[in-house]
Amino acid sequence: MDAPASETEAAKAAPGRARDLAASRRAAARPLGIGALLVVLAVAAALPFFTSGFRLFQFTQVLIYAIALLGLNLLTGYNGQFSLGHGAFYGIGAYTAAIMIDRWDIGYGWTIPAAGVVCLVIGFLFGRPALRLEGLYLALATFSLALAVPQILKYFEHWTGGSQGIVLSKPKAPYGLPLTEDQWLYFLTLGVTVVLFVLARNLLAGRTGRAIVAIRDNHIAAEAMGVDSALYKSVVFGVSAAYTGIAGALSASAIAFVAPDTFDVFLSITLLTGIVIGGFGTISGAIYGALFIQFVPNWAQDISKAAPWAIFGALLILFMYVMPRGIAGFLHLVWIRLTGSGVAREKGR
Amino acid sequence: MDILIQQIVSGLATGGIYASLALALVMIYQATDVVNFAQGNMAMFSTYLAWSLLQAGVPYWLTFGATVVIAFVGGLLIERVVIRPVEGAPILTVVIVTLGLLVIFTSIAGWIYSYIQKPFPSPFPSEPIKIGNIVFGAHDLGAIGITLIMLVLLFLFFRYTTLGLAMRAAAQNPVSSRLCGIRVSWMLGLGWGLAAAFGAVAGMMVAPVVFLDPNMMGGIQIYAFAAATVGGFTSPLGAVVGGFLVGVTENLVGTYVSFIGTELKLTVALAMIIIVLLVKPSGLFGRTTVRRV
Amino acid sequence: MPALLEAQDLEAQYGWTKVLHGLSFAVEAGGITTILGANGAGKTTTLRAVCQMVKTGGQVRFDGGRIDGKSTEDIVRLGIAHTPEGRGTFVDLTVEENLRLGAYARRDRSGLAADYAKIYEYFPVLAQRRRQQAGTLSGGEQQMLAVARGLMLRPRLLLLDEPSLGLAPLVVREIFRIVRAINQEEGVSVLLVEQNAAMALDLADHAYLLETGRVVMSGPAADLKKDDAIRRSYLGY
Repeated sequence: MDAPASETEAAKAAPGRARDLAASRRAAARPLGIGALLVVLAVAAALPFFTSGFRLFQFTQVLIYAIALLGLNLLTGYNGQFSLGHGAFYGIGAYTAAIMIDRWDIGYGWTIPAAGVVCLVIGFLFGRPALRLEGLYLALATFSLALAVPQILKYFEHWTGGSQGIVLSKPKAPYGLPLTEDQWLYFLTLGVTVVLFVLARNLLAGRTGRAIVAIRDNHIAAEAMGVDSALYKSVVFGVSAAYTGIAGALSASAIAFVAPDTFDVFLSITLLTGIVIGGFGTISGAIYGALFIQFVPNWAQDISKAAPWAIFGALLILFMYVMPRGIAGFLHLVWIRLTGSGVAREKGR
Repeated sequence: MDILIQQIVSGLATGGIYASLALALVMIYQATDVVNFAQGNMAMFSTYLAWSLLQAGVPYWLTFGATVVIAFVGGLLIERVVIRPVEGAPILTVVIVTLGLLVIFTSIAGWIYSYIQKPFPSPFPSEPIKIGNIVFGAHDLGAIGITLIMLVLLFLFFRYTTLGLAMRAAAQNPVSSRLCGIRVSWMLGLGWGLAAAFGAVAGMMVAPVVFLDPNMMGGIQIYAFAAATVGGFTSPLGAVVGGFLVGVTENLVGTYVSFIGTELKLTVALAMIIIVLLVKPSGLFGRTTVRRV
Repeated sequence: MPALLEAQDLEAQYGWTKVLHGLSFAVEAGGITTILGANGAGKTTTLRAVCQMVKTGGQVRFDGGRIDGKSTEDIVRLGIAHTPEGRGTFVDLTVEENLRLGAYARRDRSGLAADYAKIYEYFPVLAQRRRQQAGTLSGGEQQMLAVARGLMLRPRLLLLDEPSLGLAPLVVREIFRIVRAINQEEGVSVLLVEQNAAMALDLADHAYLLETGRVVMSGPAADLKKDDAIRRSYLGY
């Protein structure tokens, strides 16, 4: 009872001067931040010309994971709704794309928004009744969804090809551009990734973003302040599912194959691991997390052929010791120490 | 009618195993708000240790006792060494650590013992027991018996011993517990130890039926989640009752509903989870938390 | 004669915010000392600092020995009982179990049964509700239970954090009467933190006034009661 009041008093006592200082430091950092972003984009765009084949495919997969993780982070990191079932939306998106391409002969380009819309609707419909569930119970419900989807996919054999799955072909570069299939896929995915990231950032930066975070931190207070918590939560669920569905659709084209067992509970758990390692409630965390879940299992295999997953598990645990708030959280702390921005304004948290 | 009773008893036997694992999950959840995803795999690993002891010629019941003790100590050490560094971290961070443990245990078990299934002996005779007209598997009855004995012992411990009281207090209100001089951190360790011990018993009871392999507890853990959901994640009694309920329901549905073969049996567990979450998320015995702002 | 509890330049902080800025105070053996102050002055933090429940700086001595740097559990074992703000009742356990937990850290367990009897004498309502779930007790009864739980330790020093909070004046008066009786009959020293300055000054021998983490006034309670500034700001007349 004493502490909060004293804290605000102390904060008020450190007057506008400290705040101005921090603000001016942030303003100075902005061109630095934009510069860094441009460098990253330039490197990303140049990548396909320096790597090829499997390596390039791995990076495409990283981008795909990043989109999925951004979707999951939107729901779990920013809005506080735990989902252990996003593998299901990934799978639904992938199958939507596969069925469109294989059964209905529709171009792969259309599959991306289509998967998004399908998952948006399903996510919203799932989110509505799930509103009453919190924390553990929502995790259980989504966990059940994750378990059920592979079974359902296998059951409707006529549409989905059953356990055998559906084989697709990799899309070729349009307009006769001198790009290999892998390169074209990479650029396509990169484009989609950039668009989705920018959309997410705009969404979270404004009033909507603040409402979303407010619901996570104290939804009763948020409601008391006029935020329609039910509507927001369902919409965020839908948008989050849409992002992950789009990632799934991209992966269908990238891997040129879909099968029910790929989209099992383990995928959902991998995605959750990705956002925690990458950085809960951050946008950049999606990229760090995607890099982790794509490459670290391979490194683990290099270290120990006999028990690679044991190494992976150990790495997971060590990561959590050193960076409990994920890579993005850790980098943020380092940034604060280096620039001395005073009282930490935790990003998005 | 006879078949019904047989199936019910059989369901109670598997239910006892679900109950043990569910109880382990709930004990840790109550104290820490964390679901230990590695619970089933820790149980699997304990069962492999038992197998090694049996291979070395140690008689069964001695092995049983030793394994329970080893599992207890193991669980305690894991909490003190692996979980303690993240004790104050956000919940999801700790969950990831338990996922890391899950993966480590499975991988090491596969490495040491290989992924080939091994038979595991049951201490109970293989001839079925006949009561009146009904035939019961001896292992089923034995498993139910063992589960009940462990549960009674645990109940007596929590209800009537000072240490049990201290553990309950530490789980409910760590701050006030510290003010009573209770070392809350160590109580957490004890909780993990007890949970691991229960898991080991579940593992040793189920291995004779499903055969020992590193992924043995996968499906069972899902049933345990269903059991804890049905009974209530905030109630140890609920976890136990939920376990038996899930076991019996799964068996009866599998027997009497024609299109649910063995593959779709898991769907029964899922259906139970969804139904409970829709109707009363806190489960049969769980308390609906009233939140005060 | 050195005091039972002595704090020197005690500092405390929550996270990055400093709340106590170098307090010095003392509790005499067998006496009742009170710390007064408005909301946010740092009173609860002071008691938490004594028990090392927050990050502290400076020195705290109990019975001559340093206790800053020890863990809360060890400090309790030295004979300091802390009745926290908001009672801290174990709501899902019975009244009896709450009391049993109070005695958990006791070094000497002889006379436990006799102590139960004595507690029930001081707080007859607790005897009636022995097997009841503690969460179903009224606010006043829970406050009594909290004090009783602290006493089961057979402490040398009792830290009381705002016992009057949320209670009707009649109930508060009763609790304060019991505290005085315990102090006089059992020789338990008391450090009382209170917002209700009038009642606290009636009970205590010595008083400190806290404002934003600093001691601004101290002296015998009787003197502070007569002080004009205190009367206007804290006693309301």
